[in-house]
Amino acid sequence: MKIVVCAKQIPDPNTPYTLDPETHFVDRPAEQVLDDTDRYGIEVALQLAEKTEGEVVIVSMGPAAGLRGIRQGLAMGADRAIVVDDPALRGSGALVTAKVLAAAVRNEHPDLVIAGTESTDGYAGIVPQQLAELLGLPALTYARRVELDGDTIRIERMTTVGYDVVEAELPALVTVTSGVAEPRYPSFKGIMAANAKTVDQPSCADLGFSPEQVGIGGSAQQIIEVRDAPGRQAGRLVVDEGEAHLEIVSLLEQAKVI
Amino acid sequence: MLIWVFVEELEGAPSSLSLEMLTKARELGGDIGAIYLGAGSPQAFATLGAYGAATVYHLDPGDNLPATPAAAAIAELAADRQPDLILFGLTFTDRDVAGRLSARLDVPVLSNAIDIAVKGDEVHVVNEILGGVTLVETSFVGSKPWIVVVRAKAFAAEAGPAADPEVVAVEMSDATPSARVRERHAEVSEGPRLEDASIVVAAGRGMASAEKLQPLTELAGMLGAAVGSTRAVVDAEWLPYSSQVGQTGTTVRPGVYLAFGLSGAMQHLVGMKDSGMIIAVNKDEEAPIFTVADLGVVGDAHSILPKLLAALRDRA
Repeated sequence: MKIVVCAKQIPDPNTPYTLDPETHFVDRPAEQVLDDTDRYGIEVALQLAEKTEGEVVIVSMGPAAGLRGIRQGLAMGADRAIVVDDPALRGSGALVTAKVLAAAVRNEHPDLVIAGTESTDGYAGIVPQQLAELLGLPALTYARRVELDGDTIRIERMTTVGYDVVEAELPALVTVTSGVAEPRYPSFKGIMAANAKTVDQPSCADLGFSPEQVGIGGSAQQIIEVRDAPGRQAGRLVVDEGEAHLEIVSLLEQAKVI
Repeated sequence: MLIWVFVEELEGAPSSLSLEMLTKARELGGDIGAIYLGAGSPQAFATLGAYGAATVYHLDPGDNLPATPAAAAIAELAADRQPDLILFGLTFTDRDVAGRLSARLDVPVLSNAIDIAVKGDEVHVVNEILGGVTLVETSFVGSKPWIVVVRAKAFAAEAGPAADPEVVAVEMSDATPSARVRERHAEVSEGPRLEDASIVVAAGRGMASAEKLQPLTELAGMLGAAVGSTRAVVDAEWLPYSSQVGQTGTTVRPGVYLAFGLSGAMQHLVGMKDSGMIIAVNKDEEAPIFTVADLGVVGDAHSILPKLLAALRDRA
């Protein structure tokens, strides 16, 4: 089977994020990393591909830069990647992102599309459902287990009160949570092989979009203002030397909950 | 202005988040419709009436995963009734429906909203980015309806006078293939519901194993608290998914939040940083949870919890 995994390169989450003072977009350094949440989707895809002699294609949108993050996914074992990189895309909202991804995914005619629940840097959590609608696929979301049974894909879907078992016929789109699988670490061989794998980098025009349809102009929203959230001050920090539990008791008393 | 609020049914009643959104919609003014997803009941519809819904559109998805047929049905209704604004909550099903509806109607979505304001003909949405340290105010441009996904606990829920809404049963049928729900599992937990609890006792990865959670759950029982957790803890299956606090899980705003062995990743902090009082115990003095804690204890949760339990028992 053919599986497309949507993935995103993001600034290293262990470094503080900054915003461009003029555009208010997150500054994106030349070297970005694979969003950790995408490693789970890639792992699921690789496991399903191994069982079905399938192919795994990573599809991404955003500045390709050094492709470090994409190579991380290829080093895990994905076969090739498509990165839609075009300056016109800067400032694209969720729906534009979904439209561009849909155009790239459609060309691949996949049996299964896998995405993370939400990106680590933007975390709106909307693009996968938009993508499913644009592709006309059912979306099985928030999966903590994924299994393939012939042409039926079955997941355990997180709910507010527990989980549901949900299934659909392929083709379908699945979004995965971090509990779904333990992502493999790339082997040395995998890392070497990744550098030789194909990464297509189509422009917007290649996918049939004019510059006006994408980016800020195509996104039907306008940033009015960016400001700091009212901060919460750190309180007292004590080192436990055997009696710190009494400090907790006294604070609980102060809060009148005991 | 015509505002619709998407209402998910939980345990036979409108979710608390939907009532928060209805309260906000009343404040914004105009006509309010509720899109109710679930089996429905006269009591549930009466609640929506009291919270300001003049009309309730009732969608019952049965065993279909709701997003696909619900988005199709709402898109058809929207074409007919022309709402200006549709509010969804930041929950699993709401986000699914909001995303599909946006693509279907070709209108944008603004997510993670913590405030909404009507300014003349514009709707401004304030949302949190970068883990909640930065706020962005955005306005919609272009065609309606405008879709907003709202964080839980951003608004207080307050009922207005009792009122009987008009209830419209909406057919759900769509050509797009849908996923089917085969089994439903509710993970029963003792004590108050996480989102409504006035005290939350939360476990992080530092609790080390499911067995070692016993003193923590005992503390929760003693305080009448709900047990919360992090993504790492639910992924390790020490506690059920429904206990997860944070971006993907539940947003809480209890009077007191006690965190043990929990470092406070960005995705966790956005779900609890507005708690009244935060007490955190962690071995690592650099843990981000200490940046929001009123009292931070650098120490081992496994040695502090038994002593805390003993001290509370002595007071009783």
